Amino acid sequence: MTMEHFAALTGAQAETAPRKAKNPLPGFGLSIGYTLTYLGILVLVPLSTIVFKTAAMPWREFWATISASRAIAAYGLSFVGALSAGAINCIFGTLLAWVLVRYRFLGRKLLDALIDLPFAVPTAVAGIALTAVWGPHGPIGEPLNNMGVQVAYARLGVLVAMVFVGLPFVVRTVQPVLDGLSADVEEAAATLGAGRVRTFFAVILPHMAPALFTGFALSFARALGEYGSIVFISGNMPGRTEITPLLIMTKLEQFDYRGATALAVVMLLASFAVLFMVNSIQWKRKSHSKSFATVPRVRSFLKG
Amino acid sequence: MTTLPSTTARTIRTASIGGASEPFWLRATLIAISLGFIFIVLLLPLYVVFQTAFRDGVRTYWNALTDTDTASAIQVTLLAVAIAVPLNMIFGFAAAWSITRFEFRGKRFIVSLIDVPFAVSPVISGMIFILMFGADSVLGAWLSTYGIKVVFALPGIVIATTFVTFPFVARELIPVMQTQSAEQELAALTLGASPWRMFQLVTLPNIKWGLFYGTTLCAARAVGEFGAVSVVSGHIRGETNTLPLHVEVVYNEYHFSAAFAVATLLVAVALITLGAKSVAEWMETNKTLEQKKWAMEEVQ
Repeated sequence: MTMEHFAALTGAQAETAPRKAKNPLPGFGLSIGYTLTYLGILVLVPLSTIVFKTAAMPWREFWATISASRAIAAYGLSFVGALSAGAINCIFGTLLAWVLVRYRFLGRKLLDALIDLPFAVPTAVAGIALTAVWGPHGPIGEPLNNMGVQVAYARLGVLVAMVFVGLPFVVRTVQPVLDGLSADVEEAAATLGAGRVRTFFAVILPHMAPALFTGFALSFARALGEYGSIVFISGNMPGRTEITPLLIMTKLEQFDYRGATALAVVMLLASFAVLFMVNSIQWKRKSHSKSFATVPRVRSFLKG
Repeated sequence: MTTLPSTTARTIRTASIGGASEPFWLRATLIAISLGFIFIVLLLPLYVVFQTAFRDGVRTYWNALTDTDTASAIQVTLLAVAIAVPLNMIFGFAAAWSITRFEFRGKRFIVSLIDVPFAVSPVISGMIFILMFGADSVLGAWLSTYGIKVVFALPGIVIATTFVTFPFVARELIPVMQTQSAEQELAALTLGASPWRMFQLVTLPNIKWGLFYGTTLCAARAVGEFGAVSVVSGHIRGETNTLPLHVEVVYNEYHFSAAFAVATLLVAVALITLGAKSVAEWMETNKTLEQKKWAMEEVQ
């Protein structure tokens, strides 16, 4: 066998099957073993209890639990609240991302750091603080109360808490996309005679739409599952200001584990549907965006 | 010869476009709306926490913090942190190492499993451990014959905390290690380094800021977790209350300034977390700039 022959052979082999080559890095067995054991004990086994509990439940009981009028009212509040909070966060989140990326002003760095506050503050603290601000004697709640608008201990309070916990998701997903937007496109639009408003809606908005949608969905999912901040501000009136996680909590406190599991199944299906949508959008986005490295960082905050 | 690093160049360019693209009044209005929104939504609640905490004087504040129930809540919280954080650090590195450095089947499945605590409501995160270890479960009944109580006791709190905080380190390390190829590690091995020396001298320095920030997030969340811990704790005062649960108990007894006093401790942890994030990002940027400078010098 000649040298060229040998080189051609190994070269060809390397080309067709680069992954088959033995990886000389150490520790695969140890790290994957630890990872799988950990995930198995901590995630798979506990999650499977939901499946067993549901399977042991008669279908009629399951259906009666999840379609009770109190449960339907709770889904409605959770869903409409999370949807509205997501919409509000899209508007203000885009504005904040825009201001942070495009303008230079005193305190910009501080503002940027503050955006993550809802991620970092424990939800119980957020709950009592928001109640104090928006409550009947709070700095904002009192004037609103005098005008006849009740925020704390009403449905609006749920919305306020949901906006609070979801805001960073939109800002942090839109920000890198705006930052990566090349100036050429906007200059081209301006050269062709488009005004700033038209440029924004025709050029910039379509470009950041996938990121905006991801931010919306993350904010929505977070608001749907949120418990700590809402229970303080909502007043927890069954059928009126009771969110789904609280209803689950109530059933757990009454040792009604089957009822709680049934409601949890409904919630899990809803949140997995949302996350599945987000993931499929991110897959499309990864190919033409530099921002994907920041997405895991944003997502690592999902629950606070 | 000095050349501007590309990031700085772009920042300047973006700033100049920003300056030229919208009229001054519009820019000022947008900035004002943003600041107003942040003031109402984020800063005012923060201010109210401190204002209410000190409303009845420094003495009340101090009494709330030195109360025996507060002290025991701090102990329970620290215990949960001391167990959950190291376990999750090891998990985070092990998961990131196997996912970013090796090819194997089912990788995407593992990555999705790591996201589970983010996808489910904290109440459900607590509930699954009640179903698993509760009195009417097989495992719970078996453990109770040995006198071991998991749910409504300390072990439940530790397990629930570990569950809700396990993704943070992994989620920080995976993107960091994905952007660094294995070249440096392979070089170290080729030069005869043992796996441990490779880890110490190559891998660890490369990931240290990601690890630092991921660990900070994990610890902050372990301190502040409310929903999941609330489900499994059983709310036994002075025994199974963590700091956030203690805040709730005191608040529901209408001792508002005491509740907010304890909350200031948690806000302090949150502010430290934000500070840690800024430090980690700043160090990362510095490192990238430095690496670019080296690359430039090498080219010249």
